[in-house]
Amino acid sequence: MLGHAKQCRADRVNTNLPQQRTLDILWRRFAILVPYLWLLIFFLAPFAIIFKISFANPIVALPPFTPLFEVAENKDISFYFTLDNYRFLLEDNLYWMSYLKSLKIAFVSTCLCLLIGYPMAYAIARASPGWRNIFLFLIILPFWTSFLLRVYAWMGMLSTYGLINNSLIAIGIIDQPLKLLYTDFAVYIGIVYSYLPFMILPLYAILEKLDFDLHEAAADLGARPFVIFRDITLPLSLPGIIAGSLLVFIPALGEFVIPSLLGGLDSLMIGRTLYDEFFGNRDWPLSAAVATILLLILILPMMLFQHYQARESQDPL
Amino acid sequence: MVDASPQLKPVWRAPDEAPFIQIENVSKDFDGYLAVNSVNLDIYKEELFAILGGSGCGKTTLLRMLAGFETPSSGRILIDGVDMTNVPPYERPVNMMFQSYALFPHMTVEKNVSYGLVKEGIDKQELGSRVSDILELVQMTEYARRKPNQLSGGQRQRVALARALVKKPKVLLLDEPLAALDKKLREHTQFELMNIQEQTGVTFIVVTHDQDEAMILSSRIAVMQNGAVIQSGTPKEIYEYPLNRYVANFFGTINLFEGNVSKLSDKELELECSETGTTIKAMNVLETILGARLSVAVRPEKISISKEKPVGESISVIRGVVWDLGYHGNLSIYRVKTSSGKIIQVSAQNRVRSAERVLEWDEEVFLCWDTQSSVVLTE
Repeated sequence: MLGHAKQCRADRVNTNLPQQRTLDILWRRFAILVPYLWLLIFFLAPFAIIFKISFANPIVALPPFTPLFEVAENKDISFYFTLDNYRFLLEDNLYWMSYLKSLKIAFVSTCLCLLIGYPMAYAIARASPGWRNIFLFLIILPFWTSFLLRVYAWMGMLSTYGLINNSLIAIGIIDQPLKLLYTDFAVYIGIVYSYLPFMILPLYAILEKLDFDLHEAAADLGARPFVIFRDITLPLSLPGIIAGSLLVFIPALGEFVIPSLLGGLDSLMIGRTLYDEFFGNRDWPLSAAVATILLLILILPMMLFQHYQARESQDPL
Repeated sequence: MVDASPQLKPVWRAPDEAPFIQIENVSKDFDGYLAVNSVNLDIYKEELFAILGGSGCGKTTLLRMLAGFETPSSGRILIDGVDMTNVPPYERPVNMMFQSYALFPHMTVEKNVSYGLVKEGIDKQELGSRVSDILELVQMTEYARRKPNQLSGGQRQRVALARALVKKPKVLLLDEPLAALDKKLREHTQFELMNIQEQTGVTFIVVTHDQDEAMILSSRIAVMQNGAVIQSGTPKEIYEYPLNRYVANFFGTINLFEGNVSKLSDKELELECSETGTTIKAMNVLETILGARLSVAVRPEKISISKEKPVGESISVIRGVVWDLGYHGNLSIYRVKTSSGKIIQVSAQNRVRSAERVLEWDEEVFLCWDTQSSVVLTE
């Protein structure tokens, strides 16, 4: 990223071109530069700091970790570099369990979002233009309320004498209130509810562009509705499925608010562990290591996605 | 590789032959909009039948009802004697070539073409040979491994044709098959389509808005307007005997004369034409009465033009001056103005090569045509 930005600046020196063209190129370079700068300042630099801290030792001081190197009075430079934090992460079951639990919850939530979101996106894409806008508006509508408020609303609905339990008792399906809140079930509900729009929107974008003639052509050639879906719709909507799944999976993996508000003690996700380590134990180096590992887990699917997209652009559908 | 002048099949056959496709009183109502209005058509086996009309005339809706993508609001469709009205598209012995071609973008040419056969579940060996045969027929063998986006428009059209034909349908429906091609390729492909139709013996139904295309391609044409078939017949019948102004104008230029019936016999009638101040003779083809108002149409090439007043029994004659003339190489187009101001178009073949024109601007001329060339329009 950095290298590219430097190259952009070097290209500006080329003034042999006519003025208008030079301006155009300058403007284009600038437009590319902005997102790179954004990433550099707000993502790469903070991550470099965290990465550095993950190799330090915790101390009771301000800041609560040892510096990477110290220059003594006699100009001797002494380095403090330790892999203890990572070693500790490997040894202690708690962290592994949290990572696995997070992966499981993120994976199951992504699958649920896909199962619920795909038919919804499909229905919206096939609706008449007027209805389509109304549906899309309804999908985006929850974003106008605070995310935290919406999760609190779920707490109210899922609690022992909340809306759901009371309704079920009133209908007579159950005698005793079910334990809904502070369970994995509540976490799934919270995550699927919150992230469903991120699945629906990219799927909709792909499905809406899909040429309906292709369905009719397949039907004409003897394919029944389900076969058409399997042979035509599904493969052609794969980019949307991947984009939507990543948009759900990545934030769900590091989710902190939903498991801490709706989850039980056993729904210990990595976001919660990280929070406790950082604010509870004030062990910055260890939490920095936890964050670094989390990022590695996240970067892997992102790189797969990038790879897939690069292949797509070489051989467009 | 392609015979430039394929033999036109005999225009019509045994009168007692049973129709292969029967469209019986079919209507389609889209929320109060009558897209197709009680259409009756009989289409025979191995015909290349064209449904012709402007945009919004209901021709595509009719085709989609044949394919099974739309259900008729009333009436029924029989193919080979079987009622198809409520049969879903995937069970009809009919295949369609879409205007957009609708090739599957994620499949190679070969996979596209074999798709329909795979769905039929035929064995691999037959599948392979049928796919390679059809690719050979449309000359796409060497592109079998390409994806649709790596093909030109003409190549995509061939793949779409092959994909629809490989299933050996009883009827092949073609929705504006040549509309997406440029002019030169279109002419070439017209003949190719006719060749392929002859080789395969499949009944083709072509929807088009291009009257030249319909004339060249088809054995018979149905002209549609506002959801209804207003005339059907061989290209010749439709050209020579248009039933109304719409059809007459749709196919080339035509001169129209309006007037009241002044003389009536069993075979002939005479029209007192106020526009030209003359009488026009025509065949008495419909039941009419003295004094009835009628329109008569005459094609430009049926009118002869001369400086001397022609004499004869059953001819109509109009006097005028040459208002405009255009040299088109093989023929000359004259626009002749009568004393009342009506312009009549005449086309004459340039049979004699001469340095001088026989007729010049503002020259007084006589137009004449025989009674059989006057077409009485019914509407």
